[in-house]
Amino acid sequence: MKVALFATCLVDTMVPQVARATAVLLERLGHEVVVPPGQACCGQMHVNTGYRREAAPIVANHVRAFRGAEAIVAPSGSCVASIHHQQADVLRRAGEHALADEAASLAERTYELSQFLVDVLGVTDVGAYYPHRVTYHPTCHSLRLLRVGDRPLRLLRAVRGLELAELPGADQCCGFGGTFAVKNADTSTAMLTDKMANVLSTHAEVCTAGDASCLLHIGGGLSRMRSGTRTVHLAEILASTEEAVQPDQSTRPAISAVNAEGTTS
Amino acid sequence: MTVVDLGMPTLPHAPRGVGHLRGNRPFPDAARDALRDGQLRANLGHATSTIRAKRAAVVAEVPDWEQLRAAGKAIKAATMARLDAHLEELERQVTARGGTVHWARDAIEANAIVTELVRATGVHEVVKVKSMATQEIGLNEALEAAGITAHETDLAELIVQLGHDQPSHILVPAIHKNRAEIREIFLRTMPEVDPGLSDDPRELAMAARAHLRERFLRAEVAISGANFAVAETGTLAVVESEGNGRMCLTLPRTLITVMGIEKLVPSWRDLEVFLQLLPRSSTGERMNPYTSLWTGVTPGDGPQDFHLVLLDNGRTATLADEVGREALHCIRCSACLNVCPVYERTGGHAYGSVYPGPIGAVLSPQLTGVEDNASLPYASSLCGACYDVCPVAIDIPSILVHLRAEHVEAQKHATPEAVAFRVLAKVMSHPRRWRMAQKAAGLGRLLARGRPTMPAALPPPASRWTQSRDLPTPPKETFTQAWAREHGS
Repeated sequence: MKVALFATCLVDTMVPQVARATAVLLERLGHEVVVPPGQACCGQMHVNTGYRREAAPIVANHVRAFRGAEAIVAPSGSCVASIHHQQADVLRRAGEHALADEAASLAERTYELSQFLVDVLGVTDVGAYYPHRVTYHPTCHSLRLLRVGDRPLRLLRAVRGLELAELPGADQCCGFGGTFAVKNADTSTAMLTDKMANVLSTHAEVCTAGDASCLLHIGGGLSRMRSGTRTVHLAEILASTEEAVQPDQSTRPAISAVNAEGTTS
Repeated sequence: MTVVDLGMPTLPHAPRGVGHLRGNRPFPDAARDALRDGQLRANLGHATSTIRAKRAAVVAEVPDWEQLRAAGKAIKAATMARLDAHLEELERQVTARGGTVHWARDAIEANAIVTELVRATGVHEVVKVKSMATQEIGLNEALEAAGITAHETDLAELIVQLGHDQPSHILVPAIHKNRAEIREIFLRTMPEVDPGLSDDPRELAMAARAHLRERFLRAEVAISGANFAVAETGTLAVVESEGNGRMCLTLPRTLITVMGIEKLVPSWRDLEVFLQLLPRSSTGERMNPYTSLWTGVTPGDGPQDFHLVLLDNGRTATLADEVGREALHCIRCSACLNVCPVYERTGGHAYGSVYPGPIGAVLSPQLTGVEDNASLPYASSLCGACYDVCPVAIDIPSILVHLRAEHVEAQKHATPEAVAFRVLAKVMSHPRRWRMAQKAAGLGRLLARGRPTMPAALPPPASRWTQSRDLPTPPKETFTQAWAREHGS
């Protein structure tokens, strides 16, 4: 299958290794990966902060960039949920009815990574190897908007060497919430503290999830506390193999010295 | 040439200076203080997690819960679509059965109507059934100003009233207090109480019982709210756990009920759906212990003088918003408060309104006009837990997002935030500009001087992130750049 990869603005700009891992994984499973060069952002941050008028051209750009794609995969439950639940409405409110219809039809072919692997490709064992103790945080939009259910857990259970530790209070929000994290920084931090307490109670080396944004928040807190537990995106774990441990899909923390030195590729 | 605007006139919102729908401070400021209150956090964490588990267990028992929710949502939507006709039917039926119906445009009118009705009876005290509508309009304060003492009789409302406090939860107004704190309030404020009172729940309840019993027996006027009104027969309904409400509804000679206009259901068949949804969602019980229903006046039985005050106070304005109107479907179960990660940590007072939590964050700004509660639509991480538990499936996250847009679009002058978002939108809608912006963001790594994370001391607004979270140093090259380089596109 020819898969169009939507890196998402945050992953592309801040944690490119997550998009790289997604591409490596899909190619390893025998699929052709294309990265449409016109892509930027799904528009979610604008919509959820109240700038839904301003979001319309962003959404329009997204629709143009992925026009004609057979299947679109993104390593983010939140962005995919926005594509499914918000994009067509944003365009319709802006009077862009033809584009809105196109957005709705693109949304039907847009998948969050774990959904694509399990539902479309029909695999749970992707041949990954990741010799670490890992706990999984089901991010809110994956859980409640996309209903990914236990798909990520089924994928993780099939990873060789991986020891899965159950996260207490897993369905509780980590406190990220997009601009909520800065507009209500204190409440966001209080939620983060409780999430970190639960993560640390598992004694996992790694906390994983399907959303780089939530992981940026949880990982940022864990890093600030010098906790030693790091955050790694689900795609990075699934991309890891015994044979091909590359620097950019390694088992290192998401916040790593490698990023700063710019030697990731 | 004159331009005639034939658009919808602006409908009135709940007036300022009366009632409890507006806080003194924006949510983030009020929340900051609440978050530092360790006792509050402990009390709330304990109470909400207990009730969450109870609700989940009793909801799981109902095989057709999702169908019930869908029915509840459909009935509410259909009722709201013809609310005017249903309200007139309700008025006809209540009047035909010996009650008197009053229409109150807002809190000021409702308070004046109730005060005048109580004055006409000549008494100087009333007993009250727990009611959100009367808290919303600040009725107790209005009565006090007229020399009338209102005694709250719901145990938790009594605790709040005796403690000179404000309710912090729709169902459990004193949820922020623990047993030890309640004992202290009782010892300080109930003159007749046994000084050896312990914090055993039974002892506390018995003390409140003795305190209230005396008031029930001498009461001549009662004031209530209503959970439901059935339009086809003019029947009012109050559901409760304690039976104190029923004392008020049956013992006094005069009963005055203040009800929001959105509370009615057309028929008894509709009521059946909500009486299944409400107790499981609110107290986590299969059925509430007391359901009191009354229709007009029954000679020789119960109150002989019944008044129904129908309250608008911003509800018609809410109904006019095609996205926001769904908030009027709320049956005040408070399940959304109990699952909300924001509410659980900040408590109800931070919202500044008698309606706290997720439903409050969509209801209060609509009743007052969004500019009077502009911080509330942002008081949510949009995690969606509220939508999942709502017994009438109100899509609270979508309404929150909608109200944020209403607020942004109501600004007459561009805020720095709006300027930034507009510039970013221009950048994000053109691939070439976006690539350039990404390169510029990558230069942020120079501030990190080779460290894996950015400095914690960044200027605002970045500081609001870095105050508690490290920010990774941006990479030298984005994924799309690297991919294009490798694949020659």
